[in-house]
Amino acid sequence: MEMAVFPSDHSDELGSMLRAVGATILPMTEISPELPGEAGALIVELGEEPLRRLRHLETLAAESAVPVLVVITPDQLPLLDTAVGVTDFVLIPLTRAELRLRLRRLTRAAGTDEIHHFKDLELNLLTYQATLSGRPLDLTYMEYELLRFFIERQGRVWTREQLLSKVWGYEYYGGARTVDVHVRRLRAKLGEERASWITTVRSVGYRFG
Amino acid sequence: MNKQAEYVLRTVEERGIRFIRLWFTDVQGFLKSVSISPAELEVAFEEGMTFDGSAIDGYARVQEADMLARPDPSTFQILPWRPDEQVARMFCDISSPDGAPFEGDPRGVLKRNLEAAAELGFTFYVAPELEYFYFADSGPKPKVLDRGGYFDLTPLDSAQEYRRKTINALELMGIPVEHSHHEVAPSQHEIIVRYTDALTMADNIMTFRLTVKEVALESGIYATFMPKPLEAHDGSGMHLHLSLFEGDRNAFAEPGSSNGLSQVGQQFVAGLLTHAAEITAITNQWVNSYKRLVSGFDAPIWISWARNNQSALVRVPLAKRGKASSVRVEYRSPDAAANPYLALSVVLAAGLAGIKNAYELPPEVVDNVHELTPAERQAAGIARLPETMAEALEVMERSELVAEALGEHVFSWFLRNKRKEWDRYQHHVSRFELDTYLPVL
Repeated sequence: MEMAVFPSDHSDELGSMLRAVGATILPMTEISPELPGEAGALIVELGEEPLRRLRHLETLAAESAVPVLVVITPDQLPLLDTAVGVTDFVLIPLTRAELRLRLRRLTRAAGTDEIHHFKDLELNLLTYQATLSGRPLDLTYMEYELLRFFIERQGRVWTREQLLSKVWGYEYYGGARTVDVHVRRLRAKLGEERASWITTVRSVGYRFG
Repeated sequence: MNKQAEYVLRTVEERGIRFIRLWFTDVQGFLKSVSISPAELEVAFEEGMTFDGSAIDGYARVQEADMLARPDPSTFQILPWRPDEQVARMFCDISSPDGAPFEGDPRGVLKRNLEAAAELGFTFYVAPELEYFYFADSGPKPKVLDRGGYFDLTPLDSAQEYRRKTINALELMGIPVEHSHHEVAPSQHEIIVRYTDALTMADNIMTFRLTVKEVALESGIYATFMPKPLEAHDGSGMHLHLSLFEGDRNAFAEPGSSNGLSQVGQQFVAGLLTHAAEITAITNQWVNSYKRLVSGFDAPIWISWARNNQSALVRVPLAKRGKASSVRVEYRSPDAAANPYLALSVVLAAGLAGIKNAYELPPEVVDNVHELTPAERQAAGIARLPETMAEALEVMERSELVAEALGEHVFSWFLRNKRKEWDRYQHHVSRFELDTYLPVL
């Protein structure tokens, strides 16, 4: 599972521990504009500059529905009293068992774990497979990525530009119209009864769920 | 290996896909397919699959028969019409063994033309209206299934069920359908596919034709895109709704302009009109195509444009609720038996020529062009589309624009091949001649 980790010059201990529990690290710096769409959680190590890290965390969390795990020393705990956007914390020294457990609970609660459900739709992030009432749904890669983005961030309205930059992830030549085309295809594949899962919000964008 | 290819490999494994069909088209637009097993897929992604190009119409070049088909993972799709055996397909780009794109590959030709549009800042979007007939079988005498007419519903429209199955299959493959209905002629149907970018649309049209035919076959009937199978009735066309976007902005739209079109849109239409005769051999590539382009059967034959006039070659439909994004122009002469990659290439090239050279849009034709006298048409400067394949080929041969759009290889092969077809037709003594001349001469 992919984890956004801030800062990028985190401790070696955290890095090796995360790899040991099977996470792929997506390093984040203060100038990284936003969380990568594939991140299942954001892990923030407070380190030597706890206040600065927490401030940056706050701006990142405001933009995203991804759960946030703070790596913290016992004497930094009072800072969490007023911190915004923190889902859970883990104390240093870290243990592998605790980190694995916390991450799993975090991602499951946030719906960013490996299997997502929405009504009778199931999306398996490990196998890339989607099913509707147990029947396989055949998606192209970009349709799959779009559906995954939607299902991980239900209920929120996304503009075409946001979807383009978060799902396609680069300045895609076709422009925002590409998004309309893919939403149409996805609706067609979901079928008539489920097409309304993705609603068009007039002159804004799209919402799932 | 990129993420798309990885996704395909994973899906093939998870879904127990037995065969992967690698699809490409020959110059005349016939779908070609090489089946490979999942074990060969990774190599196909990395190196391409080698095949003998000299066996493909329009590819033949004796000195380099070996060619590579490189699957495009973004086109991976499981085929829905055989649920019992899991088969998937991908469209391929064709290259020579050294990796250079093969200039005879129609998909490559379209990609090149789309790049030319991209250099000007445009993305090309297309929505086609596809017409076809259902007949009882593929025998030489077309047997219609019904006597239904335009928009007719049951019980006359007995083929409704086949159409519904077809639409289901199309939607499962990510080809959204806007609507469908019984067309004017008996046993004739139309399905309108929602717009998408031109490359995907050309792939979609290939998939569409196969899907319509597969569903018909399964139901024990026959479907055909032959442009004019019934002498006394309308032929099957493929009206193309075209638009250019600059990023998110429809480059054709200009609210408040006299005809709803921006200057770019007007120049594009002027380009279509100026080069219409030159590109007709490609958009209407069969001897039979010209039996559809006659007066009296709703097909355009006069090179003209209008907002709301079904006799015009180019129509500028009224955008729904004045929505800028749905402003488009409709090019009405192509038929569904064209090679979609090449047809979209020359149509785009004609429109872009209008923009690059700032062509002036001639006045709109509000009268029914068919009813004008020849003198009136001449006064209005309205010419006719080529009347026969021979005439179309002659105009095409002199066209810099078509040679440039298709590339030398496709351009010269096409002319050679179609001249042969015309020659064979010229040798044929038709039923018309026997019926008309034998009793009296």
